[in-house]
Formats: sequence, structure tokens, C-alpha cells
Amino acid sequence: MDVFLDPANRQAYLDGFLTILKLTGASALLALALGMLLAACRVSPVPVLRALGAGWVHLFRNTPLTLVILFCFFGLYSAVGVEFSEDIHVNNYWLAVTGLSAYTAAFVCEAIRSGINTVPVGQAEAARALGLSFSQNLRLIILPQAMRSVVAPLGSILIALTKNATIAGVIGVAEASSAMKALIESNGDQTIAIFAVFALTFVALLVPVGYAFSALANRLVVRR
Amino acid sequence: MMSASVLYDHPGPRARMRNRVLSVVFGLLVVAGLYGIYRAFDSTQQWTWEKWQPFFETVTVNGQTANFWTDYALPGLLATLEAAATAMLLALAFGLVFSVARLSEHRWIRVPAGVVVEFFRAVPVLLMIFFLSFGGFWVFGTLIPPFWSVVIGLTLYNGSVLAEAFRAGIRAVPRGQSEAAYSLGLTKGQVMRMILIPQAARSMLPVIVSQLVVVLKDTALGYIVSYPELMLEGSKGYAVFTNAVPTFMVLALIYIVINGLLTLVAHLLERRANRLGVTNPATKAAAAATAATGLGGGGGGAGGA
Amino acid sequence: MRIKRLAAIAAVAVLAFGAAACGSDSDTPSTPSGESPLVAKAKAGQLKFGVKADQPGLGLQAGSAYEGFDIEIAKIIAKGLGGDAAKNTYVTTVSANREPFIQTGQVDIVVATYTINDDRKKKVNFAGPYFTAGQDLLVPTASTITGPEGLDGKKVCSVTGSTPAKRIKEKYPKAQLQEFDAYSKCIEALNTGTVDAVTTDDIILAGYAAQSQYAGKFKLVGKPFSSEPYGIGLKLEDKAGCTKINEILKASVTDGSYKAAWDATLGKSGTPAPTLDVSKLTNCPA
Repeated sequence: MDVFLDPANRQAYLDGFLTILKLTGASALLALALGMLLAACRVSPVPVLRALGAGWVHLFRNTPLTLVILFCFFGLYSAVGVEFSEDIHVNNYWLAVTGLSAYTAAFVCEAIRSGINTVPVGQAEAARALGLSFSQNLRLIILPQAMRSVVAPLGSILIALTKNATIAGVIGVAEASSAMKALIESNGDQTIAIFAVFALTFVALLVPVGYAFSALANRLVVRR
Repeated sequence: MMSASVLYDHPGPRARMRNRVLSVVFGLLVVAGLYGIYRAFDSTQQWTWEKWQPFFETVTVNGQTANFWTDYALPGLLATLEAAATAMLLALAFGLVFSVARLSEHRWIRVPAGVVVEFFRAVPVLLMIFFLSFGGFWVFGTLIPPFWSVVIGLTLYNGSVLAEAFRAGIRAVPRGQSEAAYSLGLTKGQVMRMILIPQAARSMLPVIVSQLVVVLKDTALGYIVSYPELMLEGSKGYAVFTNAVPTFMVLALIYIVINGLLTLVAHLLERRANRLGVTNPATKAAAAATAATGLGGGGGGAGGA
Repeated sequence: MRIKRLAAIAAVAVLAFGAAACGSDSDTPSTPSGESPLVAKAKAGQLKFGVKADQPGLGLQAGSAYEGFDIEIAKIIAKGLGGDAAKNTYVTTVSANREPFIQTGQVDIVVATYTINDDRKKKVNFAGPYFTAGQDLLVPTASTITGPEGLDGKKVCSVTGSTPAKRIKEKYPKAQLQEFDAYSKCIEALNTGTVDAVTTDDIILAGYAAQSQYAGKFKLVGKPFSSEPYGIGLKLEDKAGCTKINEILKASVTDGSYKAAWDATLGKSGTPAPTLDVSKLTNCPA
């Protein structure tokens, strides 16, 4: 464990996880907003919007995240010229957030859509019989019930997102897996200790999140 | 799509008109968006024949002939499929064993199984693969070849996800089923083996396939340990052809086609199962909910990178 | 430090096992004791070389074959060890995994733009150097950058965790460092103008600049700001192999095969073959 006695190494470890949290935080908010929008598209009465939602989901659910993030750099930034900041590190951070959000939104969309599917048909029929419009129906009747059953899958998506944030390393964002790689490279004999510290940090971060979400899901569950 | 139909009435003349207008408006917006994307890439000459030629014919670079498909993409794809298939089979076995172990009435089985599953669900696949490849020597005293680093890393993660999905599926079999079985005098083992697992297993198909897609994408992380899968071979290709952006587009297309085919097969099998009436809706929903969770460990992510 | 002790036990066990294996090997007449295990492997046509796959001129995988100066050196070594160069197996390595690949036996010999330094010498054994490079900058032809001092505020690309990347971080902290896992991505970024310069050893950069697809687009700044002796990596305990490879390198200068290797690869860009200073082949442990 003496590798962590060196303050520089400890700093690399802390910075790595701080970056993971920053990536996760921004991407989670953006993915949630985008995912809800896409879910609304997928259940809307307008065929073009349904196709748009479906296209997005198929595109991102079937492509490796590594490829998505690399494309954010070489496609979006290099070829198209989307630049978030003059500072290369800030820019890479936001490019990674873009890729993570676009990718995760596809899963959020599908989770919400399957949540909508769990609401019994009778609920929507009753709402329609009362004269509610599509958007009123969705907003007042379906989504409040659907979101409750979506809590558990959203929790898992958040966990997956946190782990996926390690892939930002491919475009040079200094996150935890890059830090681990660098430490192992110069301290091969302490590989096990280094891995244990990084892996257990992920466990300590994510297992409580998992339990919190399933406890919340159990409290909110719609008993039928 | 089922949900779509319950949210609104069958459109009347006015609603049909409105939907048509909205379709046209959004359709135009989508077309404009696509054209914008086309132009944006065009501004840096991403659509030139020079950059796309390698995907259609053999080209000569530095006096050597090279073909994108036979030299890079197909060998890479083969390696990707090989790793994904092996990892999936092992993950299924791992998932079955650990789901039953976690439902055990013996604390000394249940608790360790739970710890293992929770650990591997929480650790990023990228970290696992990296550790196995470079740390394997220090742990086992022998090297782990890149293929097995990828396969073991993916097995542990996806096996844990499947274990949770199977467990949820087994627990969602209506209680009456096991009560009836017990009242007939079946033992715990028999109830699990003859009543619960068969019912749960049939509704697992969509989960298994969606996990297969995850496995396939995550093999892209193999590039980090020099496993010559599709991403690594593809990047060797664009180093020769100097066409990174087109290559990324083609690689994405290959992944989408393969994963799309997998999903299609799953839907066909599921429809068949539904027709035969062998699925149990509650079980299916429970399993799907858990599996949705496990999505995209590495996103391939890393895919890879 | 229980883990460390475990690792130590494992390592000792492995060494003991390896020694036993060597012992039994030395009973067979083909490998007299004291001779490197590499010789037997070469004669059996089983040599595995770790090489780069994405560095034109040095180690590049084109189609299913590997080509470049490092590959030619690997062929000279295989021949010198008494084997058939056509039977060499090449394994793609990246900067991050060269030491583990040697330590774990995934490859026998690494010829992959491998700079000799003290940290690495603790883990692997170096024959050579067979070439001395220096860190330099590759910039677009029209660039005004004339040296590392001109990098302030500029975007410079290198490989994650590599020595050139570390040097930029430490000595030129005002440069904006973009890190990727491979130089091919850096070159792609330079080609599109996303970064202002790529930095690593001059010879690697020259290899890229000489590729026909980049003809006339890039230039080498030509002011190396470090000295990078390239070594041939092999197992730490294989002292005999190290000495043997140095002898092979010496012979290759005398018989002209070293110059031929250069001319067939990096020399194509017009750079004359360097003179290999055989008096500096002194990295083998005594």
C-alpha cells in the first residue's frame, strides 16, 4: 500500500474520482431531461417524432460507448467544430459529458417507456373518458404513476453511468481508470493493492446508491 | 407501441389533420437537422471519395495494398464475436448459479453470493479487464491472455447482472405456484427446480438477449489490452487510410446491424413464446426491470476506446 | 503488508518453477546451460516479438503483416539467434503494456520504440541501444512553432502516461496537453488542425511525416529536447540473451544488415542511416 503514501499518487486517486463524480453529475441531469423528451416522442401521436425517438434509441443503444465518446472528439469537435471551451481539459470534459448523456438518454427513454407500459390501460381510458387531452393524460395520470415504477431502473442507469464515466479516459479526461492505469504502470508489484482501492471505492460509492434507489422504489411502488 | 395507443383516442378528422401538419413540420425539421449534420461534416471534407474508397475497394497506401474489410474489419469482427459468445455462455452459467445461491435459505451461502454479485456489479468492466491483464500475473503467477481478460471481465460483470435478473424473475413467480407445489409435498429443491426455474427461465429470453448486446458492445474495451477486436482493428485501419471519422461511422454501423439482428431474433423468439403462452408477465417485467439496470457496463466502452 | 508477501511468494514460486523448467531444458543437448532460452526458441521458430502496430516506418501493421525498422531489427535478431526470421510471431504492444508483456512471457523480446531508463531497468533487461532518438515536435507545415518554448497556450498531443507526455506536463506546464491511447489518434487530430503539435521521439514523428497520405502537410521542428536510447527489452533474468543480442547488433553493423534495415524503412524518406555506436552497447547487467 506504500504507493498511496506518496501524496502525488493520493492526489491522482482523489482527482480521478472527483472527475468521475463531475462527469456523472452533469451527464445524469442532461440524460434525464433528454431521456424524458425522447420518451414523450416515442409515445406521441406524431409518427415522425416516434421515428425520431426510436432512431435515437437504436443508434445509441447498439453502439459501444467508447465509439460514441471517440466520435464526440473526432466527429463533433474535430470535424464539425463544436467547441465548449478554449481550455482543452474543460472542452474534453464537456465532449465526454455530451457522449455520456446522448448514450444514457437512450436507456432513460426506454426505462420511462416501459414504465408507461406498466400503467394499466384502464387508467388512460378513464382519463380520456373524463376528456383529458394527450398531454394532460401523460402529465397528470400516466407519468406520475410511471415514474414510480421507473425509480428502480433509473437507479441502475445512474449506477451504470457512474461506471461508464471511466470511458471518458479515451479522449484524455483524467478519470479514475486512467489514474489506476498510471499507478499500476509505475508500481506493478502493488497491482493488487491499487486495484483493491479503486474497486472498493466504486463499491463504496455505488452499492449504497443501489440500496437507496431500491428502498425508494419499494416505498413508491404502486400496489395493485 | 402498446402504450401509445392508450394515451390518445383514435384520431378523428381534426386530430388526423393536426397530426399530419405536425408530421410535416417535424419531418422538415428532422431533414433540416440531417442536412445540417451533412454540411457540418462536409466542411472538413469527410464525404470525399478518397476517405470512403477503402470501404468499397482495395487501395494502395505506401506501396502496400490494404483492404478495410479483409485486413481489418472482418478479423476484428470475428474476434469480437468469439469473445462475446464465450463471455455470454459463461455469464449465463455464473448468473444461474449465483441467483439460486442468493435465494438460498442458508445464510453462509446467501451472504457470500450476495457480496460477490454486488461487488462485480459495482466495479467498472474497464477496471476489471485492466486488472486481469496486467495484475493477473501477480495474483495467479501466470499471465492471462488478452482474450481471457476480456472474457473473464465481461463474465463477472454480466453474470452478476443476470444473477440479479434471474433472482427477480424467480421471486416474481406468483406465490400460489410454490404454495401449491409445497402442498403437494415437493421439497424446497424440487420446488426450485421443477416449478420456479422453468417458469422464470422462459420469461428470461429478452433479458438474456439485451445482455448479449451489452456483452457485444463491451468487447470494445478489449482494445485496452490489445485484444484485436473490431475497435482496435478499425483504428489500425484508419491509421493507414487516414479516415477516422468515416471509419467511426462504418464501425458504428457494423455494431448497430449486428446488435439489431440480435434484438430482432429476440423479438421473434419472444413472440413465439407469447403465442405458446409460456411466459408469465409478472416474471418478465421483474426480470426486465432488473436487467435494464445492468445496462452498458462499459458501454463498450470503452469501450473502449 | 500481507498482499505484498503473497505477491512475493507467488513471484518466488514462479521463479522457482521457471528455474526448474530451465534446469530440465539445460539437460537437453540443444541448449547447453548458460545459454539464453531465446536461442532454443529461435531454433524452434517460436520467437514472439512485441512490436508497435501504429507507428509508420518503425512498427506498422499493414494488412496482416507488420513492417518498419523495428520489425527489421527483430528479423536481424531472430537470424542472429540461429532462427528463421520468417517464422517470427509479432504481437501488438502499446507503451503501457510492454513491461508486463515481457514479465509474463506474453512476448519474448520487445522491439517497440522502447526507451531505456532506470525505472524500466528494474523490471526488464535491455540490450542495445540500437538507435538514439530525441523528443521533438511535429507541426503543420505553416506552423510558427520553433521549439517546446513556443508551446505556451498551444495544444500539444501525446500518448496517455508516456514519457513525452510527462515531460511536457513537468517542463512546459503552460502547454495544453491532449492525451490519447495511441499516436495515430494524435496524428489524426493534427491533420484536422484540432491540436497544434504532436510530441514524441523525432524518429516516430518522422515516420508519420514521411507517409504518402500526409505528404507536404507536416514538418519536424528538428530541435530534439531529450535523448531517448531505444533498447531491446527482454526478461530481467536473461543476461545471456542480452549479451548475445548486443553481439548480433555489433555484427549487423559490420555486415551492413543494420544499414539495409534502415534503408528499407525509415531511410525511404531520404534520411541517411545513422551510425550505430557499438561502444555504447553496454546496458546488459554484469
